[in-house]
Amino acid sequence: MPRNGRRQLITATLVVGTLTAAAACSDPTAGQDASGNTTITVALAANPQMKTAESLISDFEKKNPGIKVKFTTLPENDLRPAVTKDVATKAGQYDVAMIGSYEVPIWAKNGWIVPLSNYVSKDTAWDTNDVLQPIKDIVSADGKLYAAPFYGSSSFLFYRKDLAKKAGVTIPQKPTWQQVAAAAAKMDDKKGGVSGICLRGLPGWGQNLASLTTVINTFGGRWFDEKWHPQLTSPETEKAVRFYVDLLRAHGQQDAAKDGWEGCLQQITQGKTAMWYDDTVFAGSALQEGTAQVKNNLGFAMAPVDRTQASGWLWSWGLAITQSSKHKDAAWKFISWATSKGYIKLAGTKAGWDAIPPGSRTSTYSIPQYQSAAKSYADLTLKSISAANPKRPTVDPVPYTGVQYVQIPEFTDIGDYVSQQIAGAIAGTQSVKQALAKSQSYTESVVKKAGYLK
Amino acid sequence: MTTISQAAVPVKSSARRGSWSRRAPLLPALVITLVLTQIPFALTIWYSLQRWNLLNPGQKGFAGLDNFRATFGDDTFWKAIKNTVVLTGGATVASTAAGLVLAMLLQKKFLGRGVARTLAITPFFVMPVAVALFWRSAMFDPSFGLLGWLTDLVGLPRVNWLSEQSMLSIIMITSWRWTPFAMLVLLAGLQALPDDQLEAARVDGANWWQQLRNVILPHLRPFLELTALLLSMNIIQTFGEIALLTAGGPAFGTTNITYYVYLRAFNSFDFGTASAYGLVTLVLTIALALPALRLLSGIFQQEGRR
Repeated sequence: MPRNGRRQLITATLVVGTLTAAAACSDPTAGQDASGNTTITVALAANPQMKTAESLISDFEKKNPGIKVKFTTLPENDLRPAVTKDVATKAGQYDVAMIGSYEVPIWAKNGWIVPLSNYVSKDTAWDTNDVLQPIKDIVSADGKLYAAPFYGSSSFLFYRKDLAKKAGVTIPQKPTWQQVAAAAAKMDDKKGGVSGICLRGLPGWGQNLASLTTVINTFGGRWFDEKWHPQLTSPETEKAVRFYVDLLRAHGQQDAAKDGWEGCLQQITQGKTAMWYDDTVFAGSALQEGTAQVKNNLGFAMAPVDRTQASGWLWSWGLAITQSSKHKDAAWKFISWATSKGYIKLAGTKAGWDAIPPGSRTSTYSIPQYQSAAKSYADLTLKSISAANPKRPTVDPVPYTGVQYVQIPEFTDIGDYVSQQIAGAIAGTQSVKQALAKSQSYTESVVKKAGYLK
Repeated sequence: MTTISQAAVPVKSSARRGSWSRRAPLLPALVITLVLTQIPFALTIWYSLQRWNLLNPGQKGFAGLDNFRATFGDDTFWKAIKNTVVLTGGATVASTAAGLVLAMLLQKKFLGRGVARTLAITPFFVMPVAVALFWRSAMFDPSFGLLGWLTDLVGLPRVNWLSEQSMLSIIMITSWRWTPFAMLVLLAGLQALPDDQLEAARVDGANWWQQLRNVILPHLRPFLELTALLLSMNIIQTFGEIALLTAGGPAFGTTNITYYVYLRAFNSFDFGTASAYGLVTLVLTIALALPALRLLSGIFQQEGRR
C-alpha cells in the first residue's frame, strides 16, 4: 500500500522533527556559556519591591560584566515550597534564594545556605554597620549572618484621619487595643459600607496568625511556657483571642475569614475600612494605590498595645546563597548589589520613593527625598522595628524566638492548624473556646512528638 | 493525580489472541505508560513508609506503618474525606441537573442557538484561577456581589458567602465550571434520542412531565451515568478554587483531600504523612469505585443498552 506507506513516513518524520525541535528549544542550564559569562538564577517573591529590583537589573549587569541574572518570580506561597524543595534535594536550580526570617535559622541549621560572614567582611562597601541590627539578628543563626536583608518590616496601625475626625475620635501615636476597639466601634458605618477596622482572618500561619499572635503577646499570653507546655487555653491567651474575634465580628470587615493582607489592602485602598492593623511595608502600597480621598487622609500609629511596651512584629525577606550553587561569588555580587545603599537610591529615583525596599538600613532613613516622600510612616517604621524583641515578645519569658511566629520547624504545621480553627471562630462556625481547645490538644501532640515537650 | 486516575481506569476485557507482530509495536507506548504511572506510585508507597519531613532532615528514617496509624487517628483527615464526598457529590448532582436543563433547552433549533451554545460552553474554558478571583469579587463580595443582589431580590438576608456558607460557595463555583461538560455529554445523548419514540408518546397523550420521566430519562440513563462518573473523577481533584477562595477554611470546612495532601506536602513539607494520606485515599476510592463501576458497566457495553 504505497499511498498509506508514504503518509506514515511523512507523519513519522513530522513527529521526530517536532520532538527534535522541542528538545533544542530547552533552556540551557545555568553555568558558563561559550563567551565565559556566568549565569546565576535568582528565586524571588512576587512582591512589588522585588519586581522593581527585577526591572532594574540592567544596572547590576552593567556594573558586573560577565554575570547574567535569570529571575524566577513566584507568589510567596509558591516560592516557599519551590525553593525548599530545591535546597533540600540539592537540585542546584537556584543560586540565590529569597527567604523569610522564619526560614533562615532552620535552613542554616540544615546546611542549605552558606554563612555570609566572609563575604561581608571582605565587601566593605556593603557597610554591615548600616544594616539595622534587629533585622540583621533575625536573618542570622549562631551569630553568623546567613541572608542579606532585602527589606525589613514591623507592624503598625493604618487609619483614616478624616473618618476619625468625623466620628469624633483621636488615635494617639501609641494607642492601646481598648482605644482602637472603641474607635472602631465609633467609625463603623455598616450602612455606608465602611467597616471600623480590617484585620486578617484568612487561615494560614503567616496570615491571620501573624496579627493574632502579636495581640496574644501584648495581652500577656504566649504560645508555650518555659517547659514547652502550650498556653493556648491560658486565661490571657483566651482573653486576647476572644478580643480579636469579637472585634472582628462586631466592627470588622464582612466575611472576614476570606481576607488576608491582600484582602485588607484592597479594603483600605478602596476606602471600605477606617483602620487596618498590618505590615509596615504596605504603607507605600496603600498610599500609591489608594483613591484620592484615601491617599490624602491616611495616618499611621504604632502597633496597639495592652500589657507590653510594644507589640509590632518583626519580619525580613533576605537573599541567601544556596549550598548547591556553583557560582557563590557571583551570587554574592548580586546580593550585595540588591541590598546596597546604591540600589535603594536607584530604586527611589527610578521607581518612586514609595517603592523602595524599606526597613533594612539606617541610611535609608537619612535620604532627604525618602524622608519627604514617606514622612507619614518612615519614622514610625524605624521605631517599630527597633522596639520589637523577638527573644522576649511576651510579658512572661518564653523558650522560643519570634514575635509573630515560633521559630521551630514544626510551626508551619501547628500554625496552619490553629489558624484554621481561629478562622472557624471568626466565621462563627465554632466558638472561641472550642477553637482554642482543639488548637491546644493538636499543638500538644505535635510538640510531644517532636520532642520539645517531655 | 496518578493515584486517582489509577482507580478509575476501566478493566479491559480480554481481546482475541493476536500475533506478536500486531502487538509488539505497542510495547514502547505501554512501557512509557507503565514507567510514568507506576514508578511515581511505587515511590509514593516507599515515601509513605518513611518518616520524612524536609525541614527536619536529621529525623529521616524508616517508620513502618506509623504514618498510616497517624492517618487513621487524624481527625482532620477524616474531615477532609467527608468534605470531599460532600463537595464531589453535591457538585456532580448540581452540574448534571443544570447540564440536563441546558441540554434540553439548547436541543431544539431557535434563533441564536449557536451563540447560546458557545456561551453555555464558555465557563469550562476559563482558567480556574481567573474564575475564582472573579467570583470572589463580583459574586461573593458581601457588599457588592451579584449573589447579594440575588438574595435581596428573593427577600433573604445578606450572607457572608465565603465565611458562613463556605462549602456551598465552593459547590456553586465548581458546578458553574462543570455544567458545560455535563451539558455537552447530555446534548449528545438527547440528539441520539429517536424522534419516533417521543412522537409515539405524544400521540398516546403523554404530557411533558410524563415524556420526560418515561421516555427521555430512561434513554439518557447511560449518558447520565457516564456524566456522573466523569464529573466525579474530575471534581474530586478540585484545588484552585479552594486554595484561592477559602484556603481550606474556615476550620478546615472546605479542605478536600487534594488540598489537605497539598497542605501536608508543600506547606508542612511532611512527605511521609502526605504520601500515606494519598495511599489511604486511593484504597478508599478503589473500594468505592469498583462497585460503582460494576453498577455502571452497562455504559461500556455495545450501544450502552442493558
